[in-house]
Amino acid sequence: MIIKRTLSFVAAAAVSMSAMAWQPSGKVECLAPADPGGGWDFTCRSVGNVLQDLGLVDGSVQTVNMAGAGGGVAYAHTVSKRAEDNKLLVAASTATTTRLAQKQFPGMNADMVTWVGALGADYGIIAVGKDSEYQNLSELMAALKANPKSVKFAGGSARGGWDHLKVLIAAKAAGADKLPSIPYLSYNNGGEAMSQVVGGQVDAFTGDISEATGFLESGDLRVVAVLAEERLPGKFSHLPTAKEQGIDAVGPNWRGFYMPKGASEEAKSYWVEAVDTLYASDEWKKVMKSNGLIPFHPPASQFDEFVRNQVQDIENLSREIGLLK
Amino acid sequence: METLGFLMDGFAVALTPYNLMFALFGAFVGTLIGCLPGLGPANGVAILIPLAFTLGLPPETAMILLTAVYAGAMYGGRISSILLNIPGDEPAMMTCLDGYPMAQKGRAADALAVSAIASFAGGLIGTIGLIMLAPVLAKFALTFGPAEYFALFLLAFATLGGITGKNPMKTVVAATLGIMISTVGIDISTGTQRYTFGVLELYEGIDFILAIVGLFAISELLFFVESRMGRGRDKMNVGKLTLTMKELVMTIPTQLRGGVLGFISGVLPGAGASLGSFISYTLEKQVVGKKGKFGEGDIRGVVAPEAGNNGASSGALVPMLTLGVPGSGTTAVLLAMLISLNITPGPLMFTQNADIVWGVIAALLIGNVLLLVLNIPLVGFFVKLLSVPPMYLLPIVTMVAFVGIYSISHSTFDLYFMVAFGVAGYFLRKLDIPLVPIILGLLLGPEMEKNLGHALVLSDGDWSVLWASPLAMGLWIVASLGLILPYLIGPLLRRRMNAAMKESPVSD
Repeated sequence: MIIKRTLSFVAAAAVSMSAMAWQPSGKVECLAPADPGGGWDFTCRSVGNVLQDLGLVDGSVQTVNMAGAGGGVAYAHTVSKRAEDNKLLVAASTATTTRLAQKQFPGMNADMVTWVGALGADYGIIAVGKDSEYQNLSELMAALKANPKSVKFAGGSARGGWDHLKVLIAAKAAGADKLPSIPYLSYNNGGEAMSQVVGGQVDAFTGDISEATGFLESGDLRVVAVLAEERLPGKFSHLPTAKEQGIDAVGPNWRGFYMPKGASEEAKSYWVEAVDTLYASDEWKKVMKSNGLIPFHPPASQFDEFVRNQVQDIENLSREIGLLK
Repeated sequence: METLGFLMDGFAVALTPYNLMFALFGAFVGTLIGCLPGLGPANGVAILIPLAFTLGLPPETAMILLTAVYAGAMYGGRISSILLNIPGDEPAMMTCLDGYPMAQKGRAADALAVSAIASFAGGLIGTIGLIMLAPVLAKFALTFGPAEYFALFLLAFATLGGITGKNPMKTVVAATLGIMISTVGIDISTGTQRYTFGVLELYEGIDFILAIVGLFAISELLFFVESRMGRGRDKMNVGKLTLTMKELVMTIPTQLRGGVLGFISGVLPGAGASLGSFISYTLEKQVVGKKGKFGEGDIRGVVAPEAGNNGASSGALVPMLTLGVPGSGTTAVLLAMLISLNITPGPLMFTQNADIVWGVIAALLIGNVLLLVLNIPLVGFFVKLLSVPPMYLLPIVTMVAFVGIYSISHSTFDLYFMVAFGVAGYFLRKLDIPLVPIILGLLLGPEMEKNLGHALVLSDGDWSVLWASPLAMGLWIVASLGLILPYLIGPLLRRRMNAAMKESPVSD
């Protein structure tokens, strides 16, 4: 027994010695849980490039696409087959936490991986057509409070998905009750939903700011609220936040990573720091700018807590609307 | 002219050497696929989809490749009609009527040349029609709400069998199968899982690209294995070109009539290219009257259906691009490709993906010129390819299908699924159940369900909203006509179409 303990102590010491200088050697894999072309794929590819440019990896970062179950297949793969991989990052976003909260990855939860960090976000908006009677979020919410069925929302996610939840977050913050009665129409993507709002078939659009850019510029869509802590930078700075209208609703769709739980502590802290370094770099700022990403980067120590809180909030909300029993 | 500006931008996309190369390649392969009996345009496009994924083509290039294949297949269909009296695809049936007699009289080269020119004219007219009509219809589509969309999908299903369809019951069976398959996965309007049995791979539903490649490409291979067609056809002699300028000028009115009629019948749901070529041929017969020698090798009898079916092929793109409702089997396959490239057809595509839409339209125009150039001097080459034993061709198809599907998702599960669809497709074809309605059911079923749900949410559960607006009402009426007409005039049309046909072609 003593010998065994000593041995493991020695081994642990050896590991921590070498850990001082732990650096990923060779190929690093970035798992994008969707087909090429989507947001997760973009996260992997752009982060991979910047990591190489900054010399944070000595080899290359290979993006591997693993679509299925809205990220569930990749999540299961990470948990079961790659549990101790030090050189694996998996792209994640609010869609991942939403599905975790709603138990859509059967038998899995948010504790089974290590949350590395976020690298920016796309913020939620609520918008109406240019001829709509609602000028701001307060008016819209007042109508909802009087009659929850009076405003119909269209969004690009399934019922209970992130776009739907944003409406509920705002309505709840405004003090509306009967959340399940608020009509929500789900479309295949934000574009389809928006064209129904612009065409006057549905009252309001819920989505992300990046989706709405085209219709915003053409003036067909009026954003009544951005669900962010403060006003967005650049060309979006004239859009009012929900907060300044007295409705405390925030809905960031963050982009970031998780990695296997069983990876070594050294590797984990290496990647957390790497993400910090990357986020602070000019190269990444350029990527964010050209792709409409908005700054969002909770400190490394708080990111895990942020994810857990988000999962908990979504779970509560889903229960409230009857999506979770 | 706003449209002209867009079209110019489209040319800028289509004329890049990279895209031009794929347009040329697509036109060539399309012609080849079209002239092989049994391989219709829908199969052709389905077979090329995995290739687009294998090569990792950007969306506009992928669409340019596939539309070029589509246009090429429409051209190629006539070659075997004229030389062998076997239509390469269904729309080329009518070309047999006068094409084959011409070939028997030793004028095969003339028939091939004049039909290439007619195809060009038809394609050109159809594409011009598409350019004029599509943006207008796209704007109009903005006024469509859920109830109107529901009626529109209903119309698409009602006219599925087409006016010339053979067995309506089997079409219904096929469409139902498609809709059933489409219910697997998360139901977006309630957020619940349906028929997924806790299998993670099924959570997002069944990818219709898998279904299409399996049903069309893999089942084709199985048919080949069964028939063991090891030997190619005997070499054929095309003869010398004796076509005179005078003869060509004489056919110009025929080309115009055929192209316009074809385009119109292409735009109409359910009609498609077969009807386009049929109407053009019949009208030509009426117009020319007794002066013509139709059925005995009249040159106008070759020109009319070829102009018609190529006009129709462009026309069928109109409802697909503007409303997301395909007018034919091949456009359904193209629609599936668009969706899996993350592009939603409809009014929005014309603003948000203008480069792709107009790139594709410009590519159609360029493709037409390429096809004409390919088809006149190279016709002998395609004829030679007709005698290549399929045993060299199909293994390539299979390899491309497997590599392509694997490169989309890196999942072996998908490959098993594709093979399963292939086996299913083989048996369905043995049972004479058409495959295109399955694809349409798979593609349109969820959309129809979604719009029904939305309409009812908007009206608080009042069903009458479905036919409340005049537009929706109009669509309901057309849909019911689409259901009834095949019983009234279908048998009549079919009898006429089959009157001169000796060999019935494999339906696409």
